[in-house]
Amino acid sequence: MILRLALGSLWARILTVAMTVLAIALSVALFLGVEKVRTGAKASFADTISGTDLIVGARSGSVQLLLYSVFRIGNATNNLTWESYQDIAARPEVDWIVPISLGDSHRQFRVMGTSTAFFDRYKYRSGQSLAVRDGEIMADLFDAVIGADVAATLRYRTDDPIVVSHGLASFTHHDDQPFRVSGILEKTGTPVDRTVIVSLEAIEAIHVDWQSGARIQGQSTPADTVRQMDLQPQAVTAALVGVKSRLQVFGLQRSINEYSQEPLLAILPGVALQELWQIVGVAEIALMGVSGMVVVTALIGMMATIFSSLNERRREMAIFRAMGARPRIILGMLVLEAAVMAAIGGLLGLVLLYAGLFMAQPIVDRAFGLWLPVEAPTLREMWVIMGVVVAGVIVSLVPALRAYRMSLADGMMVKI
Amino acid sequence: MSDAAPILDLEDVRYSWPGRGTFGLYVPRFSLKAGETVLLLGESGSGKSTLLSLICGTIIAQSGSVSVAGKNIANLSAGQRDRFRAEQIGLIFQQFNLLPYASVEDNILLPLQFAPRRRARIVSPRDEAMRLCHDLGLPEDVMKTWAGTLSVGQQQRVAAARALIGAPPLIIADEPTSALDAATQTAFLDVLFSQSRSTGTTLLMVSHDARLGAQFDRVLHMSEITSNEVEPA
Repeated sequence: MILRLALGSLWARILTVAMTVLAIALSVALFLGVEKVRTGAKASFADTISGTDLIVGARSGSVQLLLYSVFRIGNATNNLTWESYQDIAARPEVDWIVPISLGDSHRQFRVMGTSTAFFDRYKYRSGQSLAVRDGEIMADLFDAVIGADVAATLRYRTDDPIVVSHGLASFTHHDDQPFRVSGILEKTGTPVDRTVIVSLEAIEAIHVDWQSGARIQGQSTPADTVRQMDLQPQAVTAALVGVKSRLQVFGLQRSINEYSQEPLLAILPGVALQELWQIVGVAEIALMGVSGMVVVTALIGMMATIFSSLNERRREMAIFRAMGARPRIILGMLVLEAAVMAAIGGLLGLVLLYAGLFMAQPIVDRAFGLWLPVEAPTLREMWVIMGVVVAGVIVSLVPALRAYRMSLADGMMVKI
Repeated sequence: MSDAAPILDLEDVRYSWPGRGTFGLYVPRFSLKAGETVLLLGESGSGKSTLLSLICGTIIAQSGSVSVAGKNIANLSAGQRDRFRAEQIGLIFQQFNLLPYASVEDNILLPLQFAPRRRARIVSPRDEAMRLCHDLGLPEDVMKTWAGTLSVGQQQRVAAARALIGAPPLIIADEPTSALDAATQTAFLDVLFSQSRSTGTTLLMVSHDARLGAQFDRVLHMSEITSNEVEPA
């Protein structure tokens, strides 16, 4: 019955109680939402590349190799010679190998030369393949496939011509050899979205009349002549490697790292991604800190509402005291009240989170390529809600102790 | 009845509110016999509220003894006093007696939560509450309504039912009728009297209205039981 009366008292102040509960609910939803985005981002990040067992490049740092080969950030210090590439490709453990050649750009986007096998071998988000939204994978030498962001930013459609610039942020253009957009990829949420993909031979082709990073004056080979030429590259930037058996990964990695003809580096993408996340992950701690503060703010708001309700409830407390309730019961009722508000707020927050997640999931996936899975609440989320209730109880002790002292002093006589 | 043991006995009681050294209350002797009905008259500021708080044990006299049902309440711990109050005393205030957000039923049954012996006297608390409501002239369907929706007169009768339930030996009413108009006043007192007489309950009513005196066994004035000369304790 005391419980019923406590709930009745809450119900009598439904407006302020509802506001308090709403504030807690929103803060909890925010906190758990940040948590979801965080884990989603982490998972999306870790899923940037999957299915590839090793990434091979010139010897540098593993994070650096990952950054330029997968994320197209920074530059390779050196290339991988075609001989070394062939050597690795010929090894018995190697199931498939995809070359990557970087160094040119189109507007703000990187151009990547590769083989058509890239479209079969590059996987993201646990084994999902790249899909062509419009057009087709390059068939001609001067065909280019562009990522979804490239198409969206530059408003490109299939068959639009594009000119590749030499180097990055460069003013020299390969305008003698324009490309044609042959296909546009579906959004993936990976760096592929921001990449212009051409064939490895095309990279060679546009550099036919070039030497040491500058165009040879007055020389211009017609496209048809170029098509006839031997466009075997001298070197590639990196290579994605798949092995026949997972057990051979480490052996192959070691032998590539110890390759005597050229200093090379082979990395496990998953391990390197984790290393990279440790660097990026500082932001996630900051994000969690901020959303944690929001929860604390909401709880302090609840403390304030309980405080401000104390005066109008002196009479109510005096009645309880006159009926023989100990001050302890008054204290207990206030703490219970806070616990109920925090619990309802927490659960409502969870409901809000899932409602929001359900609505935002496709939008977020489309806009940011961030996949937020809608799953049953995890144990961790339950702990968060439990934590909110416990924190609510602790916070409510401040006004409750005040009420305790007040009801001791007032007794059953309230002079208002 | 004059031989009966006193239900309430104050002897040499001195009290002054902490931090308000000037005003103090000194009661040399104040005693109520079991089953008695007493009207205590006094203007506001005459120390009535202090006296009631002393009797109920929410404050403790600096010296002297306050005995309820033969027990000196100063010897009880704070928690025991709360429980003792719930067991021994039914209280009716001037106004704002009820929890407005609770049903009439919950309001009437509230003291039983803290008084297991009062609870044990009743077979079915709900039926007893219903009987009291009926006897106090409240409508049949009143039990489930919110106390806050009742008229002031009805609220006072619910408060009376709450004080009477489980037949505590002492009922203290602090100006219970001052918020009522004359007609309801009389009706309220009539039912209060008949109910407390039927269970042999002692009734101590505090009021400033001397006209109510006729129905009581004894009428006392605050000035008769207190003494202004507050000697240093």
